[in-house]
Amino acid sequence: MSDGRDEPLLSVSSITKRFGELTANDDIHFEIDRGEIHALLGENGAGKSTLVKILYGSLQPDGGQIRWQGRPVSVSNPAVARRLGIGMVFQHFSLFDALTVTENIALALPKRPRLQVLARDIARVSEEYGLPLNPMAQIHDLSVGQRQRVEIVRCLLQDPQLIIMDEPTSVLTPQEADDLFVTLRRLSGEGRSILYISHRLREVKELCSHVTILRHGKLISTCDPQEETSESLARLMVGNEIRDIRTSVANIAEKRVLLSVRGVSLSADEQFDVALQDISFDVCAGEVCAIAGIAGNGQSELFDALSGERTVENNRIYIDGNDAGAKGINERRKIGAAFVAEERLGHGTAPQETLSLNVLLTQARMNGNGIRGPFIDYGEAAEAKDRICKSFDVRKSSADPRAYELSGGNLQKFVVGREFNRAPKLLVINQPTWGVDAGASAHIRQSLIDLARAGAAVVVISQDLDEIFEIADRVAVLSRGKLTPFTSSRETSRETLGLLLGGAREGEAASAA
Amino acid sequence: MRLELVKRSAEARFLVFASPFIAIAITVLVGAIFFAAIGVDPGRGVYVFFIEPISAWWSIEQLLAKATPLILIGAGLSLCFLSNNWNIGAEGQFIAGALAGSILPVVFYQFEGPLVLPLMLVMGFAGGAFYGLVPAALKTRFGASEILTSLMLVYIAQLFLDWMVRGPWRDPASFGFPKTRTFNDAAVVPTVGPFDIHAGLLIALVASIILFVFLKRTLKGFEVRISGTAPRAATFAGVSNRNMVLFVFAVSGGLAGLAGIIEVAGVAKKLQPVISPGYGFAAIIVAFLGRLNPLGVVFAALLLALTYLGGEAAQLELNVTDKVTRVIQGVVLFAILACDTFILHRVRLVRRGK
Repeated sequence: MSDGRDEPLLSVSSITKRFGELTANDDIHFEIDRGEIHALLGENGAGKSTLVKILYGSLQPDGGQIRWQGRPVSVSNPAVARRLGIGMVFQHFSLFDALTVTENIALALPKRPRLQVLARDIARVSEEYGLPLNPMAQIHDLSVGQRQRVEIVRCLLQDPQLIIMDEPTSVLTPQEADDLFVTLRRLSGEGRSILYISHRLREVKELCSHVTILRHGKLISTCDPQEETSESLARLMVGNEIRDIRTSVANIAEKRVLLSVRGVSLSADEQFDVALQDISFDVCAGEVCAIAGIAGNGQSELFDALSGERTVENNRIYIDGNDAGAKGINERRKIGAAFVAEERLGHGTAPQETLSLNVLLTQARMNGNGIRGPFIDYGEAAEAKDRICKSFDVRKSSADPRAYELSGGNLQKFVVGREFNRAPKLLVINQPTWGVDAGASAHIRQSLIDLARAGAAVVVISQDLDEIFEIADRVAVLSRGKLTPFTSSRETSRETLGLLLGGAREGEAASAA
Repeated sequence: MRLELVKRSAEARFLVFASPFIAIAITVLVGAIFFAAIGVDPGRGVYVFFIEPISAWWSIEQLLAKATPLILIGAGLSLCFLSNNWNIGAEGQFIAGALAGSILPVVFYQFEGPLVLPLMLVMGFAGGAFYGLVPAALKTRFGASEILTSLMLVYIAQLFLDWMVRGPWRDPASFGFPKTRTFNDAAVVPTVGPFDIHAGLLIALVASIILFVFLKRTLKGFEVRISGTAPRAATFAGVSNRNMVLFVFAVSGGLAGLAGIIEVAGVAKKLQPVISPGYGFAAIIVAFLGRLNPLGVVFAALLLALTYLGGEAAQLELNVTDKVTRVIQGVVLFAILACDTFILHRVRLVRRGK
């Protein structure tokens, strides 16, 4: 497997990185052998992203050493990392929307290949590793899951020795995740190493031979996940802060319908968008209803229709008895609805603006919170921001950072907390814990249940089956623009749901061919 | 060995303020080298171009007069550009405002009194706003690129003005010269205060302060910003993209129109075939030099006005071509863009072989 050398492929010693007073990485050391799948576990703010950025050359460490195949190296930028043979699949994709899959991949390669040749290579690699992809598709027509495949294929085309994967399964169905694991095991069998960043303990146990655990910037342990239980791993990762989700059976005896959707159809905006076909369902006060499905099957269209970013005809959507079909997003907020978008950066928040001003984004036009006449009341906005950050434990580097400065999980806690701050009657939330670590996920999920039990209706659009079974009272599957009837989540098996989701994917694959 | 630009983790606060001054210093330096290269004593060249125009009171008055329209238009364009709307047609809106504002003193010249001037200013603003709304409506209704339509409307405005002063609005006592009758005293922008400050300048300063407060302190101003930087978040906040396009075009067009009527009623006091040395286009540079900040625009406008005057002075005194003005304006823009790069980036030396 290896070429006879004893040195590990990558060895990291005493890596330290400080941002002002915050020590993001404090004396970190670990090793990755050839052909090994090595997990990196940790909460948000634990320093995983910083460590990975240092390995990939996007950040320079303040101290410590990186050895590659036994030789000390200075990874001064990502191009150097790629030349060494380190590839990375990011959690946030860096793809140009207006270009095709092939063009995007061509941009990342050091030499400009002929596009037709490259397209064939892409088709070959994607088939070889079980990542179906149409090389001619434009990125903006692809679902999140498909975009991830582009990133993986792009990485593989550079023939890396070490592949860093940042939360790769957060956008995949169980079947897709299984497929990915087959791919990863094949890569590892070829002698390639994988640094696998995840907060899903089950995956780490299933896939990885070593796990390095970070907490608050410090190395907690490097151990063999097979010798640990999920519980012991979780405790190492989050200290003693983890808590179990408390669920109770929804009490919806009075059947007060807070959201009623009656035959909503949406035409596709663009050629490749999925249209919504005759969607109908009711959600009552006190319950959490989940809409399962893989991204790209009408999830974002449904969210837009529910939020009022795209309006529909009258008599199609009722919120707490009010005909809201033709109402815009702020009018719907005024009658008690709140919305959390999937994309927290750029949709849920304005990246360049401070958190205080981002509070105003969804609040100012409804209740005059944080404004005085036409003017912004900065003091009041800052108070609201502090309240939200405190109740949702948003960790930030300064008093009022800009949205883009927060890590993914902390920003998610902020955008969820912002809507809770308004005590909504109806909450529609799209992918509530996408790319969020275990501690923050538990907090958000518990909050959703508590909100419902306090008398609100909660609609969760999610592709995370663990999440759905953890919090939902009823579940339906949205696939290719059509919604199945809701069933009680206690009477539905993972397999049934998985098949519905997987079936959608087969259909999708057939239509793309 | 080579140099590399690396993104900073946070913007360099010091450079945010220092960058324009460094850029001006670079411009002066390059200007001196440039003068030496064309055989002019560099010390004298720099003096004539950069110092002399601000060494006498009368020339400072001229500087302020040239800066006035640049401030008004540049401040309005900042709003437009911030929201990601590309109004390239301020020159046309300037002319439309001048025409609309001139209806009173040209057609209803018998009408005099203290109401005349305020009415002219209002009509100038309305004329520019209306003309700005044309590309805005074409964009919201048909998805036409505002860059093309607003630019094309400039030529329509210029030719329409040309026709008006040669045809319907020509002064009967002008012996055939293409110009309107001279405005009567009630229709002229006065000078005010102990220093005879042109009232138009005061209007421009007040307008830029109002826009500054608007952008920093009001919810609508916040929505203008996020429409540019995060359009989806703006939709999520309930901002109507259509209304935003109409709003920023109306404001920037209106301010350009106001600049137009102030220029006509303050300087020439009549309409002629050509009423602007390209203020509407120069203001695009002003808006960016001023960092799309209405207060920054004031300083940028003064700098650009200085290069106009310096160019004229150099032409007269040093016998150099008026192209010098354009070279120096180019260097200013180049230097400021180069300096601004270092606000978000730093240079790193990369040794060979890495």
